[in-house]
Amino acid sequence: MAQYAVLIFERVPPEDLPEDVMRRHGELPDRIAEQGGRVIAGLALEPPETATAIRGELLTDGPFIETKEVLGGVFLIEARDLDHAVALARLTPIVDGGVEVRPLVGFQVLEDG
Amino acid sequence: MLAATVRVTRDLDVAEEAVQDTYVRALETWARDGVPDNPGAWLTTVARRRALNLLRRGRTLEAKLPLLIDPPGDDEPPDPDAARFPDDRLRLVFTCCHPALALEAQVALTLRLVCGVATADVAHAFLVSEPTMAARITRAKKKIAAARIPYAVPAPAELPARLDAALTVIHLLYTTGHAAPAGDALVRDELTGRALDLARMLHALLPADREAAGLLALLLVHEARRATRTDAAGRLLRLAEQDRSAWDRALIAEADGLIVGALRAGPPARFLLQAAIAALHAQAPSAEQTDWPQVLTLYDELLRVWPSAVVALNRAVALAMVEGPEAALAVVEDLERDGRLAGYRYLPSTKAELLHRLGRDAEAAEAYRAALALSDNAAERAFLQERLEG
Repeated sequence: MAQYAVLIFERVPPEDLPEDVMRRHGELPDRIAEQGGRVIAGLALEPPETATAIRGELLTDGPFIETKEVLGGVFLIEARDLDHAVALARLTPIVDGGVEVRPLVGFQVLEDG
Repeated sequence: MLAATVRVTRDLDVAEEAVQDTYVRALETWARDGVPDNPGAWLTTVARRRALNLLRRGRTLEAKLPLLIDPPGDDEPPDPDAARFPDDRLRLVFTCCHPALALEAQVALTLRLVCGVATADVAHAFLVSEPTMAARITRAKKKIAAARIPYAVPAPAELPARLDAALTVIHLLYTTGHAAPAGDALVRDELTGRALDLARMLHALLPADREAAGLLALLLVHEARRATRTDAAGRLLRLAEQDRSAWDRALIAEADGLIVGALRAGPPARFLLQAAIAALHAQAPSAEQTDWPQVLTLYDELLRVWPSAVVALNRAVALAMVEGPEAALAVVEDLERDGRLAGYRYLPSTKAELLHRLGRDAEAAEAYRAALALSDNAAERAFLQERLEG
């Protein structure tokens, strides 16, 4: 199985997401498993207003790249190939935006010994 | 053979190298021992073995081995089942025309890997330098490997959309050759020929698919009329001026058979509708005697399944024949305001024709000049210049 990151671009902030969408986010790992894939990690981000950018010595307010699209979260999946990964990523509930599928070079979790 | 080898190696570069080596070995071996009974199977088997050896030798051995879909034993006899090779080509078409690749990369890969056209010739056909085209192809191959774009025929649920992408690439290949904005005739003929081969192949592999039949029929009608699109001096001729007696009736009849069969089988989509329109033109004894109301009905349907501004512009031409130039001009002016066709040279040239027919010659001249400014094709420029002066 190959590993992919699914980047979620959602203009609606998490606190405004409808209950139904939140529920479907919660069910996502199970639905992906039903289709022969696996979620190996997931993370949700606070909105871009909370971000701090560091460029060399310079510290500024805001995300590194200012765009209309807001990176709201990322989850990592295992899939057979790109077509499978795309089919799994399509299960992500989105109100206003879309998702991006990117192959991973590697993925490592460092835990305390 | 490249397609069959990729299935084993999952690595286009290794496969290409193996295929080249195999041709060299074939020349040596066949000169010594004679040509084998089934040369195609011999080549494929040797290329697969060669590819496996290359992979084993490579330091990426461990990474690549799990990707081998069908690892044959080294002693496997030549594969007598030649029917598998077309399936391999189909897989390769779907890999090269995967929507995760940029359209320009899809077109380049299809020419390079499915048709085996040399990179220098692909570059020439698309008016870019060879290093630029080589870089484009390399980038696309890297993406196929890194993102694991599958080497497979898509699942039934995805097949219509994916096939549409492949048909679009083949259509683009043909139209690039047919109406190349620049470049020499030899390269253009090569492109139309390759596109026609690919359309035939897809129809043969997916005989029940109405869009694959539609694309083949559409290209056959274009091909039937190709020789008459310009006069002896290379001047572009309008449909109404072309010598209909020189159209290839056998190709038109073949297209018609495909269209009738596919229309009977179910509701038409965009390629089949375009083919039906082209065939109506091809079967008419003259431009005036064309079944324009039927053409307009087909355009209405085409616009419904494929709401594109270019289709709306072509529909306006049929509308002019049914309801007169005034009604058509209103549509063209709407399209002009809409702005989606800004820079599209056929919009001002269509507008010019309609204005000319309405006797509004000063406005027509202005529109011809606008069309001239947008065209860099010598034959088209000469045509527009003549309209402007006439």
